[in-house]
Formats: sequence, structure tokens, C-alpha cells
Amino acid sequence: MTTTRPTVKRRRLWFLEFYRSAVGKKWVMAVTGIILIGYLLAHMVGNLKMYLGPESINAYGESLRDLGGHLVPRTHLLWIMRIGLVAATALHLHAAITLTFLNWRSRPARYDERHYAAANYASRTMIYGGVIVAAFVVFHLMDLTWGSGGAEFARGLPYENIVHSFERLPVALFYIVANLLLGVHLYHGAWSMFQSIGLNHPRFNQWRRWFAYGIAAVITIGNVSFPIAVQAGIVHLG
Amino acid sequence: MDLTLRVWRQSGPGDKGRFEEYPAKGIDEHMSFLEMLDIVNERLTLEGIEPIAFDHDCREGICGTCGVMVDGRPHGPWEGTATCQLHMRAYSDGDTITIEPWRAKGFPAIKDLVVDRRAFDRIIESGGFISVAAGSAPDANNTPIPQEAAEFAMDAAACIGCGACVAACPNGAAQLFVAAKYSHLSLLPQGQPERWTRAESMVDTMELYFGSCSNHGECEAACPKNISLDFIALLNRDYLRSKWRNRRLAGQKG
Ligand code: HEM
Ligand code: SF4
Ligand code: FES
Repeated sequence: MTTTRPTVKRRRLWFLEFYRSAVGKKWVMAVTGIILIGYLLAHMVGNLKMYLGPESINAYGESLRDLGGHLVPRTHLLWIMRIGLVAATALHLHAAITLTFLNWRSRPARYDERHYAAANYASRTMIYGGVIVAAFVVFHLMDLTWGSGGAEFARGLPYENIVHSFERLPVALFYIVANLLLGVHLYHGAWSMFQSIGLNHPRFNQWRRWFAYGIAAVITIGNVSFPIAVQAGIVHLG
Repeated sequence: MDLTLRVWRQSGPGDKGRFEEYPAKGIDEHMSFLEMLDIVNERLTLEGIEPIAFDHDCREGICGTCGVMVDGRPHGPWEGTATCQLHMRAYSDGDTITIEPWRAKGFPAIKDLVVDRRAFDRIIESGGFISVAAGSAPDANNTPIPQEAAEFAMDAAACIGCGACVAACPNGAAQLFVAAKYSHLSLLPQGQPERWTRAESMVDTMELYFGSCSNHGECEAACPKNISLDFIALLNRDYLRSKWRNRRLAGQKG
């Protein structure tokens, strides 16, 4: 198999050709990861408004639909962002699955004994955490965007919907577990993405690790606080 | 000291392979790991047992042939050390040592501890060279190179092509080797004329044999020459640039 010089089949369009390669797919994972991290941060910070009471977060929800003011028709900008997010998620997922299968194929035999020196729980469970997070996102959208998650739901009243949903203990627990797994994903991902896109500089290499800790901690703590606050009665109706 | 070896035996590529235990009695702590294997092999031969096949050549950490997995660590317990430079003072009386070959799809088994690493040669052929006018040796310092650049390129050039990075990687990826071989040329003026075709060809050829880099960092930890992950970042960046830029304007094959 390795005796003759192999040939690489290249594609015409440079970006398709780029995505064909595993290095290209990692670029796409990193860039879509950055988009998703930006979204998660904004989403979490926006939701903090629930601590300011129903008027605050409900008005925030309304202003998202009104994004762009009179410059664009109502909800158009929001839809553009949504489509961008769905596209980023689809690409991230496709690259994740194809790369994971490639990696499994590339190491068919196990060692009888193996002591890892640098790989950690986070880096070795990216696909599992990712798949669970994806399943959670689907449920989360059904629950709080489409209103088909089984709880009492009223369009345009996020505060009430959140409380109704998170009052159910299993839902609160699922939310917490999924967000802890997301935190683990980000702990590795938010460091790894710098390597994938070649952002490497002695001036900030040390900070990349701290950046990943910070992103993972801030997003996880913020998100996990919501179901806890509802369960503890801090965020409640009336 | 008296030791027990648990060694992977496999008669050929078709064989399933299995572990065998052999005593290694009276081993001197000043012996190198490979000398210890030589002694065990000598005794096996006298007993009429086929000696353990393992690769080795320079026995001074520069040729890159000797790598094996020792007790679950590529090149054994010492950091920044090839198997041939590992010495028996790392062990004490009564220890059992497990020795396995590199395991990766890109390194098919040949026999016992020997694997086929020709995929590395295919990658080097695809771009790990520079074009020079061969002839009489050029004058020294014809091409001025700043000391820092020379040092950094030398850090990458320290790679001995042993394959420990692939063996260590949970994905069987060869990113560290390729990054080292890409960087030591591409960081120097002599390596510029083919820089972008090199990035493209070496990565594309690598991917015919090996997995993808998840940035686990196991390769760096396993590398006997302490090659840095920084070179992987350089390779990833230059791979995009190789696809993106107008290579004709850089005077390179498009
Ligand atoms: C919800 C938001 C998500 C965010 C913010 C996120 C973020 C990231 C980031 C930043 C990386 C590092 C990329 C790199 O190393 O260059 C990454 C890697 C990864 N993600 Fe996600 N991710 C998310 C969802 C998912 C989902 C739904 C999956 C589903 C399978 C997934 C699977 C993976 C895998 C397998 C990797 C590692 C790929 C590799 O290094 O081989 N992620 N993610
Ligand atoms: S990068 Fe290090 S581990 Fe990999 S082949 Fe070169 S010397 Fe061996
Ligand atoms: S025998 Fe040459 S590096 Fe070990």
C-alpha cells in the first residue's frame, strides 16, 4: 500500500477542495465554534435579564424580533442570524462526525497498556458531549421556542415559559447536565480552535488556556444558574 | 536485576499477534534498553526460539528507527528520549515491562515490534525538499539567515521521523511529524520558492494515511525531540494560505 507514490484527487472550487481535507474541516470546526461561542455568550447574557424580572426579559425578547429598528422589516435580522446559526451548527456537526469516523479508522488497534500524558477527559469526549448537546438543543428549541416541549407555553412571554418549563425537575436536571457537558466541550474546544486556525504567538499562547477556562466557566455558570434559580424559587411567577 | 518482558509477537502482517512473556535475568543497570533486548534475543536464539524483531540503527537517538511502546509510553518512561537512549537504571528488580509496536493504520505491522513507516517517506517525497542547483558546495553564508530564524528552524529540524507522535495520537494522526518537516524548510529563505505547494502536498499526502489532529497534545508529550505544537499551528495556517492565495503571483505552481 505504501510502495507507490499516491495521488491526491483535488476538487475544482478552492473552498470545496479545502473542506475536503481534514485540516480544512478543522478550520471550519474552529470558525463555526467561534460563531457558536459568540452566540452562547450573547444568549447567556441576554437571559440574565430574567433576574431583573418578567418585564426586562420579555422586552429583551421583543427587541430581538425588532432588531435593526426601522431599517429592516421586523424579524428579518433575527432570521438572518438564525439561518447563520443553523448553517454553522450543520457544518460543525458534519465536520465533527466525518473527522471522528476518520480518526477511529486511523487507529484500529488498541494498545494493551497506554498512559496518556496530555490528552484529557475533555479532549477525548468531544464527540459524545457534542452529540448530547445537539440532542439537548433540539429539545430546548421545542421547549422554549416552538412550545412543543410539554409545558404551558405562550408565544412572546419567555419569562413565564422559562418558569413553567424549569419547574419540572427532570427538565431542570437535563438542562444542568447538558450545560455541564457543554462546559467540558468548551474547555477543550476554546483552546483547540486557536491551534486549528494557526493563532499561535508566544505573546498570548499562555492566555489561550486561560481564555478557554474563562469561556467554559462563564457560559456554564450563567446557564446552569437559570434552572437552579427557578427550582430554588428565586425566579418565580407573580 | 531480574525482569520479566511481556512482548508483542506477530509472525507477519497476516498474523493476529499475541503477548509472550520472557525472563530477562541478570540485567545490568548500565545497559541500554536495546542492549537488554539484544541479550534476551541471544538467549532466545540459544533456546531455539525466534528472536524478537525490533528496528534499530544508530542507537544514539538520531536515526528514528527504534521506537516502541514501553509500558504504555512511546519510547518508554523518560521524557525527550528515544528508546535506544533509555537505560535500564529506569527499572528495578522484579519489574515487568510491556513492549508493543506502534499501532496506527498508517503504520501497518511487519513483524513483532517492527512496523512499516514508509508513509512518512511518501509525505517527504511530496514536498519535504527544496530545489537547489546541485554541484560544488556553495560558499558558507551565501544566504544570510538571522540567528533566531536558524534556531527556530533547527528546533523543527530536530525531528528524527520516529513516528512516536503517530503512535501516541489517539487519532493516529501524523500532524507533528509533518509540521516539523514542513516548518524546518518553510522557515528558511531556501524553503520559500516551494512553500505553498509544499504545504498543500504534504498535508494532502499525510491525509491519505493518517487521522486528523484534535489537539490532544499527546504527540508533543511523546516526542523524543520535544517538537512543539507551535509548528502544527504554522502548518494549519499555511495550509489555508496555500489554497487561498494566488500562487502564480508568488511565483509558485498554482
Ligand atoms: C453548541 C455549541 C457548540 C460549540 C460552541 C462548540 C464549540 C467547539 C469548538 C470551539 C471546537 C474546537 C474546534 C477546533 O478544535 O478547532 C469544537 C470541537 C468539536 N466539536 Fe463542538 N461545539 C458545539 C457543538 C457541537 C456539537 C453539537 C457537536 C456534535 C457532534 C460537536 C462536536 C465537536 C467535536 C467532535 C469536536 C472536536 C473535533 C476534533 O478536534 O476532531 N460540537 N467544538
Ligand atoms: S515529531 Fe517527534 S515523535 Fe514525531 S516523528 Fe518527529 S521526532 Fe518522532
Ligand atoms: S536507534 Fe537510532 S534513534 Fe534509536
